[in-house]
Amino acid sequence: MTDQTQAPTRARPSSSGWLTRLTRAAPTRPGETYGVPGSGDTTWLSLASIALLLFLWWIVTATGWVKPLFVPSPGAILQKFADIWQNGFTNTSFLEHIAISTARVFGAFVLACALGIPLGLAMGMSPLVRGIFDPPIEFYRPIPPLAYLPLMIIWFGIGETAKVLLIFLSVFAPVALGARAGVKSAAIEQIHAAYSFGATRWQVMRHVILPSALPEILTAMRIGVGFGWTTLVAAEMVAATKGLGYMVLSASQFLQTSTVIVGIIVIAAIAYAFDLLMRAVERRVVPWKGRM
Amino acid sequence: MGLNIADVSVVYPAADGRPPVEALRRIDLSVERDDFVVALGASGCGKSTLLNLIAGFLSPTSGSIMLDGRPVDGPGADRSVVFQKHALMPWLDVIDNVAFGLMLRGLPEAERHATAGRFIDLLGLGEFRRSKVYKLSGGMQQRVGIARALTCDPRLLLMDEPLGALDALTREKAQELILRIWHETGKAVFFITHSVEEALFMGTRLIVMSPRPGRIAHRFDLPFSRQFLAGAPAREVKASPEFIRLREEVLRIIFADEEAAA
Ligand SMILES: Nc1ncnc2c1ncn2[C@@H]1O[C@H](COP(=O)(O)OP(=O)(O)OP(=O)(O)O)[C@@H](O)[C@H]1O
Ligand SMILES: [Mg+2]
Repeated sequence: MTDQTQAPTRARPSSSGWLTRLTRAAPTRPGETYGVPGSGDTTWLSLASIALLLFLWWIVTATGWVKPLFVPSPGAILQKFADIWQNGFTNTSFLEHIAISTARVFGAFVLACALGIPLGLAMGMSPLVRGIFDPPIEFYRPIPPLAYLPLMIIWFGIGETAKVLLIFLSVFAPVALGARAGVKSAAIEQIHAAYSFGATRWQVMRHVILPSALPEILTAMRIGVGFGWTTLVAAEMVAATKGLGYMVLSASQFLQTSTVIVGIIVIAAIAYAFDLLMRAVERRVVPWKGRM
Repeated sequence: MGLNIADVSVVYPAADGRPPVEALRRIDLSVERDDFVVALGASGCGKSTLLNLIAGFLSPTSGSIMLDGRPVDGPGADRSVVFQKHALMPWLDVIDNVAFGLMLRGLPEAERHATAGRFIDLLGLGEFRRSKVYKLSGGMQQRVGIARALTCDPRLLLMDEPLGALDALTREKAQELILRIWHETGKAVFFITHSVEEALFMGTRLIVMSPRPGRIAHRFDLPFSRQFLAGAPAREVKASPEFIRLREEVLRIIFADEEAAA
């Protein structure tokens, strides 16, 4: 008996282990689902990636490979940040710049969701609504906001309306299209089940189609708010004296590279924080996403 | 009274260059109160089409379908459907899934949870009331689906291969459970299956269908479910000479159909 276990039976060389991992996932722990695409925790990798980028940045500036005009050092950026934080930028406090831009983007975002989600759902549900609204949305969707910015200004003036409307338009299309696609998420059996319990069309919409569309709607909202931030700079190009987009633009005209980078980082940080918030909402609201 | 299907045909129109499909030809079938009708037949012989007609999802090309003297025109709460799978609402927990039909009727929560709770207990899911349905096993999910269909107190329970996705042991248990519930609640049942043994064991009446065009080729009256409900053990019923003789006969018919079609 015992000599058998000592027999030299090496089943498989373990050196091929990590190679097979590339083609086939390891078994999951209990409570997880095998083969879910892209499952796994990425926190440490992400932190390492950020650290590496910061390190490279520091190296190229500290060694003087790149002139500060092109890429200021991380330290200079920090200093600039502290400076703007204390003294503001063009006589407006930093927080006010942030508040104004955030208000513009999220105002437009809330408006776009309030209108875009119901419209998208209606487009998914009704051929009539889809027939009417599909051409205009698909027509304007691929046009860069900069291209119709002049029209916005001619029509709505240089006030707040044109700015918010420009951002609104860039958020509206992805949100509406996401909601429209989400309508198709409900399995036909779920819909049939509801009807067979005597549901009305409205109830099927409210209790089956809307909840099953929720994952796609939340994804569309995440994508939409990203478009909103993308459009911010365009919106604050004309007749703005406040806002992060304005700050970045006017700093670039005076070659204040560090201010530009501070603005960029702040925009990215706000957008990223909101995305993290949306992901948390997703986990809470649709924990069943992709599991049934 | 009950369900009356008279001279019903269904033709799916031609599509993608294929000729029209005569899915059902001249079907006559009546389902009385407390009947357990089982439909059996090769794939594609029109079983689901027949169920969809009864459920009201599909209207016949010709013929009439009457429920209690009124024509069926659309789905309704008097005919609940249990699907093979994928029909639960993952955003609701077990009790709210079971109470789904009652919620659609606007019953207050306390009342619908009380009713749903009774059916959850009946199907042996008592400890899982507050579980997420996507965390249940396939057999448990199927029981939730059955409980959900029962809470609406339908006159007719329609089941399209409800046990098809279950393993053999769970499946036999579920068969016995469904029979007991059918017996206790006295509902009429229309039940589709691919398993000859399941069909013979569960039905009071069996229709064997043949494809191209889909029609009812044979009808049998079955005694076995009553034997089981009278106290005979399920395996004993399924191993009785009478059961085996009928099983072989039905299998012969189905194989002959397959060969004729091939
Ligand atoms: N929507 C449809 N359009 C066209 N043809 C259809 C449609 N649904 C079913 N058919 C055809 O009608 C016939 C009967 O289909 P049905 O789904 O009722 O069969 P079934 O007996 O339920 O089969 P299975 O046991 O595989 O579920 C098949 O030949 C099928 O191809
Ligand atoms: Mg079928």
